[in-house]
Amino acid sequence: MHGPRSLLPLRLESLAFEARGRRIIDGVSLTLEAGPRTVIVGPNGAGKSVLLRLCHGLLRPTAGRIAWNAPELPGEPRRQAMVFQRPVLLRRSTLANITHALAVAQVPRASRDSRAREALAKVGLAALAPHPARVLSGGEQQRVALARAWALRPEVLFLDEPSANLDPGATHEIERIIGAMHTAGTKIVLVTHNLGQARRMGDEILFLLQGRVVERASTEAFFKQPASREAAQFLEGELPW
Amino acid sequence: MVIARRAFLALALLVAGLPASGEEKFITVASTTSTEQSGLFGYLLPMYEKQTGVKVHVVALGTGQALDVARRGDADVVFVHARSAEEKFLAEGEGVKRYPVMYNDFVLIGPKSDPAKVGGGRDILEAFRKVQAAHAPFVSRGDRSGTHIAELALWKDAGIDLDKAKGPWYRDTGQGMGPALNTAASMGAYILSDRGTWLAFKNRADLTILVEGDKRLFNQYGVMLVNPEKHPNVKKALGQQFIDWLISPAGQKTIAEYKIDGEQLFYPNASDPGA
Amino acid sequence: MSSVGQAAVEALRLVAGADPKLLDIVGLSLRVSLTAVFLSCLVGLPVGATVAVSRFPGRRATIVVLNALMGLPPVVVGLAVYLLLSRAGPLGALGLLFTPTAMVIAQAILITPIIAALARQVVEDAWVEYRDQLRSLGERRFGAATTLLWDLRFSLVTIVLAGFGRAAAEVGAVIIVGGNIDGVTRVMTTAIALETSKGDLPLALGLGLILVTIVLALNAAASVVKETAQRRYG
Repeated sequence: MHGPRSLLPLRLESLAFEARGRRIIDGVSLTLEAGPRTVIVGPNGAGKSVLLRLCHGLLRPTAGRIAWNAPELPGEPRRQAMVFQRPVLLRRSTLANITHALAVAQVPRASRDSRAREALAKVGLAALAPHPARVLSGGEQQRVALARAWALRPEVLFLDEPSANLDPGATHEIERIIGAMHTAGTKIVLVTHNLGQARRMGDEILFLLQGRVVERASTEAFFKQPASREAAQFLEGELPW
Repeated sequence: MVIARRAFLALALLVAGLPASGEEKFITVASTTSTEQSGLFGYLLPMYEKQTGVKVHVVALGTGQALDVARRGDADVVFVHARSAEEKFLAEGEGVKRYPVMYNDFVLIGPKSDPAKVGGGRDILEAFRKVQAAHAPFVSRGDRSGTHIAELALWKDAGIDLDKAKGPWYRDTGQGMGPALNTAASMGAYILSDRGTWLAFKNRADLTILVEGDKRLFNQYGVMLVNPEKHPNVKKALGQQFIDWLISPAGQKTIAEYKIDGEQLFYPNASDPGA
Repeated sequence: MSSVGQAAVEALRLVAGADPKLLDIVGLSLRVSLTAVFLSCLVGLPVGATVAVSRFPGRRATIVVLNALMGLPPVVVGLAVYLLLSRAGPLGALGLLFTPTAMVIAQAILITPIIAALARQVVEDAWVEYRDQLRSLGERRFGAATTLLWDLRFSLVTIVLAGFGRAAAEVGAVIIVGGNIDGVTRVMTTAIALETSKGDLPLALGLGLILVTIVLALNAAASVVKETAQRRYG
């Protein structure tokens, strides 16, 4: 929930991002509150990934502001985490991947091991702790990535199409874990192409088109009766992909 | 006298050796490629070390380079064979005293085919004139070594102005004795070499000794302690101990005993006042 | 053909006889070059990796210089170190000239740019894959450089071998700063140079064969270790 020292709410003010002459984010202004799971949908090239990366600090906006309530300071451990479409794990054991992240987050050495194991257990991979992480299956690797994020106990978790490369079984597992993290208090901001997933995972939908937020509504409202013409076309599959 | 000197040296060694104790005792001798490559040091030094417990580190360069190393204070003793360069070294205050140690001789090496027709002669100046007249290929060390200095003196004495007479026949290689011999072997050229290096040299190809025995080919070796007043790091006592051994009867005898294929290479003459 | 044959015979004779002088020379060669490589890695790997993951003014110029330094001529390095360590030079009081330590210093100077430049390339190529994730975790430049150095350790083995090969093969630097002193600073390459200048070509070639075989064996061993570990870790 919101507190004086919490990251949220996050205010984006006239946010813009340009690269190679193209305006990828074209004036986005919105506020993200703690609580509801926010899902961002939109066609390819809409700028969903870029928007996530801007919020997470991986890209610098060319115009506008990203205003966190109590922003992270350089040198301090991060209070937000991100899971990417393709998990990037280190050439170490599964457990070591998580303890590495905890070390970067300046978690005291004595608690790293137990916190890492706890996170692995939550994603059902406790048995794979000593296993080299890079030889695991795609689904297992993504679960490790989620465990790593979970061990950090972030206030906000950004997810960029986390199950795009996974089969339905693995996808189901990923969704379960995300749900559990939400229950534990983490704000979820999820980008997905999978409309079924959007329905299952979202409390509110942001519909992004050509770098602008065209519509924002509760999940129920969005899927039942989209307010904008473009959203309606998108849901019908008529928008160019 | 010698015994008293040795006793004194032993004492001096004890005293001088103390600050450096904990480390093995050694001196650095800058010498020439001919003394190293003839194998003399390989014969002499293990004996010296066994007797005195002092290791001798030999850095083998040409005479000019060896003296330069000493001028920088990087050696304790120099052992070279170019009297004029040694006298200059002393005049600069870089050395303490010059002691003659031994001599060997130079020989004129050339191809068996002998295009300049110098073979069998005993007059080196005449041979040099013939080589120049025939424009036969001649390899020079060109490296300010004792051999090079001697070679240049011979050209001068033969009345030949090298700067004018130089041509494609005169190959100035800037190399040590061994490499220069290699070059001469591969191009069938004439070359002035010290007998020691020649006897130890294995890649003769077509080369052989053509002129020897001229008194002008006499090659004197001298040893000097680097001046500790100019270079305080010089190991004065250990260095002098080595010099004293070289000129001692025992040292001189050992030098004379060194042979290659039964042939003596170096003739000790420390007691010769004119050397 | 026959001189190679003679060389092979010489090589076998030396090895079979376990000539103590040869063993000393081989031992010194390995000690000098391995120590030099170790020191070079200590400096070169972090420098290369940090340049790879950082942005700073003059970065491109730094990379160009680093790459160019890979081509430092050994004999020039030898001369420079000689002038530094000579009694007449600034570091003369250390008395390091004509010692194995001087040889290690010269070789370390020679190989550090190689290690740094190649590490920079390898880390920068991988940085594309790791950058977003490591920055997401909050890892800043030195931490990221360290993390990547460890993750890329298998690729780095090749770089270290390249550095060692260069060190073990060079003669120009060690002969000047070491003086090729029998029993003290004579290594394989300077021994080969000496025997060549004495005209004993079969012996020189024989020593050369031994040197090449040793370096080959080291490379093979490193390769085996690397392949096995790589398969395990992915």
